[in-house]
Amino acid sequence: MDAIMSKNNSEYLIERKDNVYEVVIGLEVHAQVTSNSKLFSSSSTKFGAEPNTQVSLVDAAFPGMLPVINEFCVKQAIKTGIGLKAKINNKSVFDRKNYFYADLPQGYQISQYKYPIVGEGNVILDMPEGQKQVGIERLHLEQDAGKSIHDVDPRNTLVDLNRSGVALMEIVSKPDLRSPDEVNAYIKKLRSIMRYLGTCDGNMQEGSLRADVNVSVRIKGSTDLGTRCEIKNVNSIKFMQMAIIYEANRQVDLIEEGEEIDQETRLFDTKKNETRSMRSKEDAHDYRYFPDPDLLPLEITDEFIDQLKSEIPELPDDKKKRFIDEFKVSPYEATILVSDIDTAKYFEEVVAKMGKNRDMKLAVNWITGELFAVLNEKNIEIAQSPISAKNLAKLINLIKNGTISGKIAKTIFELMLDGDIDPQIIVEEKGLKQESDPKALEALIDKIINDNREKAIEYKQGKEKLFGFFVGQAMKASGGKANPQLINEILKKKL
Amino acid sequence: MTEITSLSLFELIKNIKEKKISSNEVAKSFIDRSEKSKKLNAYVTENFENCLQLSKEFDNKPNFDLKLPGIPIAVKDLFCTNEVRTTAGSNILNNFVPTYESTVTQNIWNEGGILLGKLNCDEFAMGSSNETSFFGNVQNPIAEDLVPGGSSGGSSAALAANLTPVTIGTDTGGSIRQPASFTGTVGLKPTYGSCSRYGIVAFASSLDQAGPMSKDVKDSSILLEVISSFDKKDSTSIDFKRNNYSSELTRNIKGLKIGIPKEYRVDGMPDEIEKLWKKGIEYAKDCGAEIIDISLPHTSYALPTYYIVAPAEASSNLARYDGVKYGLRSSGESLIDMYEKTRSEGFGEEVKRRIMIGTYVLSSGYYDAYYLKAQKVRQLIKQDFDQAYNKVDAILTPSTPSSAFKIGEKSNDPVSMYLNDIFTVPVNLAGLPGISIPAGTDKNNYPLGLQIIGKPFDEQTVLNIAYSMEEKINYKNYISDWWMQ
Repeated sequence: MDAIMSKNNSEYLIERKDNVYEVVIGLEVHAQVTSNSKLFSSSSTKFGAEPNTQVSLVDAAFPGMLPVINEFCVKQAIKTGIGLKAKINNKSVFDRKNYFYADLPQGYQISQYKYPIVGEGNVILDMPEGQKQVGIERLHLEQDAGKSIHDVDPRNTLVDLNRSGVALMEIVSKPDLRSPDEVNAYIKKLRSIMRYLGTCDGNMQEGSLRADVNVSVRIKGSTDLGTRCEIKNVNSIKFMQMAIIYEANRQVDLIEEGEEIDQETRLFDTKKNETRSMRSKEDAHDYRYFPDPDLLPLEITDEFIDQLKSEIPELPDDKKKRFIDEFKVSPYEATILVSDIDTAKYFEEVVAKMGKNRDMKLAVNWITGELFAVLNEKNIEIAQSPISAKNLAKLINLIKNGTISGKIAKTIFELMLDGDIDPQIIVEEKGLKQESDPKALEALIDKIINDNREKAIEYKQGKEKLFGFFVGQAMKASGGKANPQLINEILKKKL
Repeated sequence: MTEITSLSLFELIKNIKEKKISSNEVAKSFIDRSEKSKKLNAYVTENFENCLQLSKEFDNKPNFDLKLPGIPIAVKDLFCTNEVRTTAGSNILNNFVPTYESTVTQNIWNEGGILLGKLNCDEFAMGSSNETSFFGNVQNPIAEDLVPGGSSGGSSAALAANLTPVTIGTDTGGSIRQPASFTGTVGLKPTYGSCSRYGIVAFASSLDQAGPMSKDVKDSSILLEVISSFDKKDSTSIDFKRNNYSSELTRNIKGLKIGIPKEYRVDGMPDEIEKLWKKGIEYAKDCGAEIIDISLPHTSYALPTYYIVAPAEASSNLARYDGVKYGLRSSGESLIDMYEKTRSEGFGEEVKRRIMIGTYVLSSGYYDAYYLKAQKVRQLIKQDFDQAYNKVDAILTPSTPSSAFKIGEKSNDPVSMYLNDIFTVPVNLAGLPGISIPAGTDKNNYPLGLQIIGKPFDEQTVLNIAYSMEEKINYKNYISDWWMQ
């Protein structure tokens, strides 16, 4: 996570001969709405079910079947719009986007074309150079298609309609992004906002978040937009970045050779790391959009919007501000802590469990240091953390009140991983409590000085670096449990 | 006693409740007559055995509190019926058996109705003569080789021939009212949003509406009461207070203001239609209504508007018939090849024509000029009616610009076929209730209908005016049973 924060670049420039080009990127993100049932039917949306087990008559477009809007999905879209600081439209219209494909049972996708449910908004990115605002053009609701499977049967294409009719939010950005790193930050921020809102789980492996990437290039400083190419359906941030780099360079090469760029739809081949033409503008589908006569226009009252506004939780930008104000963490630390809702929750729980005598610095360091390292190593999310916030708070408190040293704490932390064990119990069972009794330490040090008389004399004669030798001996004799501060004090006195 | 099959629904219910006849006897009578009437080609799928079984079950455990106690009813094959094949008159759904029931038919079974069979119709309800059905054209019981109207042509024929006591159709541009007019029967298209569209094979979603077809107005009121309901499964269903249409039915329409729109006097309209309309006006006056001349200035734009909006929606609604999930699949070299072969073989000419028109008017570059403009004109047509209803309670017009025509007469001339809908489509575009009642005959003794158009959700007034005029008109359908000889 810190790698991303430190290496970000807000500009991606391509230099050729006398020209410097910048890349202009706009994203159409398809985010699956978190909802138990589909946009226009009551079928389940659960991921990973047996093929064609979550398909209603409506999803399979049987004759005479009619769509009925799922109010929950509408609320989710509005909440997301609020999270994007966007205008919620009081009236929006569902249109039919007509095209034939085996996994599109109706022969059209119900989408929103001219009148989307959410209008213009914006998202703030935290880049190393500072904050950057990215404009949102619109957000609309639409149905997902089913899945065509071409590689199971040698002769036939198989179709799985479980996904058919699942609600998607298409979030269209303005062409405000200028680098692969900004794209990374933008996707992560969108994902973060939607996860805070509970409107999309943002799970890219399961396809809950995918994007079409629009790329064009222009001479840096120019204000005109170049001809763009749309790279369809890219399903990871890494691939988006790779596709952008390839595509931007391809376009620059064409321009440098004096050629025109064709406006076209392209596909990213992840194996070859290149984009390929899918269809040109001339071959573009005529989708014959028209308002779906099976559905009435969606009318949303201001009261309804206000009610949803009141249900919106604290979002990342506000939470960051509060963490800085209330917990006195640095803006950099706050950005990391709020980037994911589960991290923020974990942190706040640790803070709460630490009680009155809380140490924010320790809390931040332990979460972003030791804990993140373990999560990375195990490749798990913080929600599945092997150590609960409660026990991590206890560990931090044990350091803070001097019961254990930071060094011992690391040993205890390792032991806690095996079943979220209470650190207090480990301290007691393993006898790892820090020795802070001055009398016991004095006796121990007396013995060491006695055993090393010559060295003690050398020290007194001015060989000051021998002090470290005595500290080491004392720690060793105590099995590492001696309170280092007290050892220092006593040694200074005795020597 | 008169034959069971010529009794009205109201009389059948009365007889069953008074235990004068059993549900099974009724079922047997209609099935027997249906068996003898195969020449009409009214049925696509018969449900006779099952119907007999269910009628016996009803008789063993009768519930006379129901609104349709043990009444066998055949329905248009556009309503999905659980475990009974539903084709929409198309080859592409030739083998399709739903696992679910449309709300409208479910409402009928819930009130004691029993499915007699599925009735022929134009393919995906696209047609005005039942000639576009994959299952062949339907004969009008009025005379041989005469179309029964469309798209609910199997329904109107079965009803006029006494193969079912009542039936339900769907009406997108006149598909209930025009066949009713062609067969001397009553057909009501309710306000858009009255009857749920759930489980009805969609043609044009913003226009489609199910409605009752019957031998008289009272029967339509009974059936409307059963099928009209608010349904959460249809987002365009409207939750309004529905009347007890049959018990509130009255012939007292004294003082009601009925509008006569001058724009419905179209060029080239046959004299007999003009005469019928005038006669209708006199009947309305006799009933105590006040006649007021009104103007619906955008009427002439209704047909072109309809033939943009309906195909546009249809082109999208029919995209689901692609051979992937259910219905016909032709084998192909690739996915696209399979689509092309399936849809080429699965759809008939008229359906393909409308898919092409619809695809065209929605295409980028044409959308604004056609679809968007049509939607604007549709608003103007609706406003015409809104303004008229400031002055009048209902509107009286002819149902169709002509009587039934011969099979094959117009099948190669789509535009002349489309002109059939000229008086009915404005009602769909405005989402209003409209009824067609038989009001006379032409020189060939073919039936002609009058249309009464009402305010939104005011089916009761429409029914009351129709009920009142029906008594004065005293029309009798003459059915010779020619097809049985």
